[in-house]
Amino acid sequence: MSDIDFSYDPEWLSTLSAPFMTNAFLAGLCIALAAGVMGYFTIARRSTFAAHALAHIGLPGATGAVLLGLPVSLGMGVFALGGALVIGALGKRVSEREIATGTVLAFATGLGLFFARLSSSASQQMQSILFGSILTITTDQIIGFAVFDVLLLALLAVIYRPLLFSSLDEQVAQAKGVPIGLMNVAFMAIMAGVITIAVPAVGTLLIFALVITPAATANILAGSPFKAMVIASVLCLLSIWLGLVLAAMFPAPPSFIIVTLSTLFWAIARAIASLKSR
Amino acid sequence: MTSPTDCIVFKDAAIKRGDRLIWQHGSFAIPTGSVTAIVGTNGTGKTTMMKAELGLLPLACGSLTVLGKPAGEMNRRIGYVPQSYVANVDSNLTAEQSVLLGLTGTRFGIHLVSKAERAKALEAMEFTGIADKARYRLSELSGGLRQRVAIAQALVSDPKLLMLDEPLANLDLASQRATVHVLARLNKELGMTIQVVAHDLNMLLPVLTGAVYLLDGHPHYADMRQVLDSDLLTHLYGTQVQVVTTPQGDMFVTPTADEPADQPHDMHTIEEVARMHRHAR
Repeated sequence: MSDIDFSYDPEWLSTLSAPFMTNAFLAGLCIALAAGVMGYFTIARRSTFAAHALAHIGLPGATGAVLLGLPVSLGMGVFALGGALVIGALGKRVSEREIATGTVLAFATGLGLFFARLSSSASQQMQSILFGSILTITTDQIIGFAVFDVLLLALLAVIYRPLLFSSLDEQVAQAKGVPIGLMNVAFMAIMAGVITIAVPAVGTLLIFALVITPAATANILAGSPFKAMVIASVLCLLSIWLGLVLAAMFPAPPSFIIVTLSTLFWAIARAIASLKSR
Repeated sequence: MTSPTDCIVFKDAAIKRGDRLIWQHGSFAIPTGSVTAIVGTNGTGKTTMMKAELGLLPLACGSLTVLGKPAGEMNRRIGYVPQSYVANVDSNLTAEQSVLLGLTGTRFGIHLVSKAERAKALEAMEFTGIADKARYRLSELSGGLRQRVAIAQALVSDPKLLMLDEPLANLDLASQRATVHVLARLNKELGMTIQVVAHDLNMLLPVLTGAVYLLDGHPHYADMRQVLDSDLLTHLYGTQVQVVTTPQGDMFVTPTADEPADQPHDMHTIEEVARMHRHAR
């Protein structure tokens, strides 16, 4: 066994000023905005497990894309969107059917592994797809993320209230004329997009802690949906940016520090909330 | 037989779910300003009837007019409180935000909530007695209070007709009383027509003016005095029922201790009776 070196890196400031770090910070900003807003709706719609599953459904798409020489994000996005449309079309209740979702999740993960083994380059990329590689995000990817964010915010501005209404009570919303089928499909399709842009940061396995956990923390801190979304985005951004700084100072993978911070914020908020309610 | 004072009119209406006939030959009218219960044993299609009235389920045949238009067209003027208010148990929305969605929830695009809308929401919450809980999250409220939030959400758009699915289920006695009191005031003070799906009528008896009872695969409507008949109720519930008059009013009771286990009841399955039973035209 070699010695594990956890020593502080005195050169961390110069690491932070490297171009790949700038890209990582910008990517963090784009991801935090999308994840904070959609995390709230995912919890409100009780679709957190479906969101988690979407990332895994995207895995065979990502490794398959490498196999075919296509961009990882493209394969990921197509598979996640396909899964999202199927889950969305089947209705909101389906996202609560955890056994079916879990089974598909496991199968998709297995398929992802199979595709990865078919080529050596896919095999090499497997780890970064599973656990993320925020330091290798390219400028082109960031432009894609920014365009997605603009589209996401524009679309949400239009469907905000009907989406919230159908999240609270689908039956009443339907009776009042909200197109709940459309809301479902729209929500799941946006979710697939958020997952596609968040996977490069923390990977398919850790995505829950980046998309759902900050929103859960925000829900403890704030009552209004808008405030909760803002707080969730800020917490997500703090996790990513602080994670990047700490990863430059100490030899630990950024994904690990990012999800650790996100989990820590949540644990602190929960502890304070339970102390208060005593 | 249709008069302008009728709120809901069924004409030879039938409902199917898949191939299964739920009920048929529904021909009756529910007057405006009435408080009606939809009664029947489990699986006779009570909730189905409400969904048909909201236009959410199509009729297999016949017609159904609500507030003067085919079912589904006047839903803006209908307040609907489904049984699922229990599902909001973990919602982080505050009571006020939830009620406001009753006004703003169908609007696409960016709109700020106006002062008038807030005032309207407060008025609705005051009516159901939860104004002091406006800032509480739904997850912090008891089942009875969440129920009254749901009613306030239905009221906020000034409905002419209020439909509630099992509003008293899972509530303690005090909460049941509070809910019935709210319904009575809505009917008397605002002249609202109210329809309630209910299992247990006793709590509602003081306010009910009539009942739709689903029996032998048909819906029937009758004035409350006719419904309170021991033989009919025994047939309706599939178990021995007695109507007793107490100083507080009529009650009906289902004796259990003195009922012989092997006593035959006049009972059929829904499918059976829907097939066997035909009305002369």
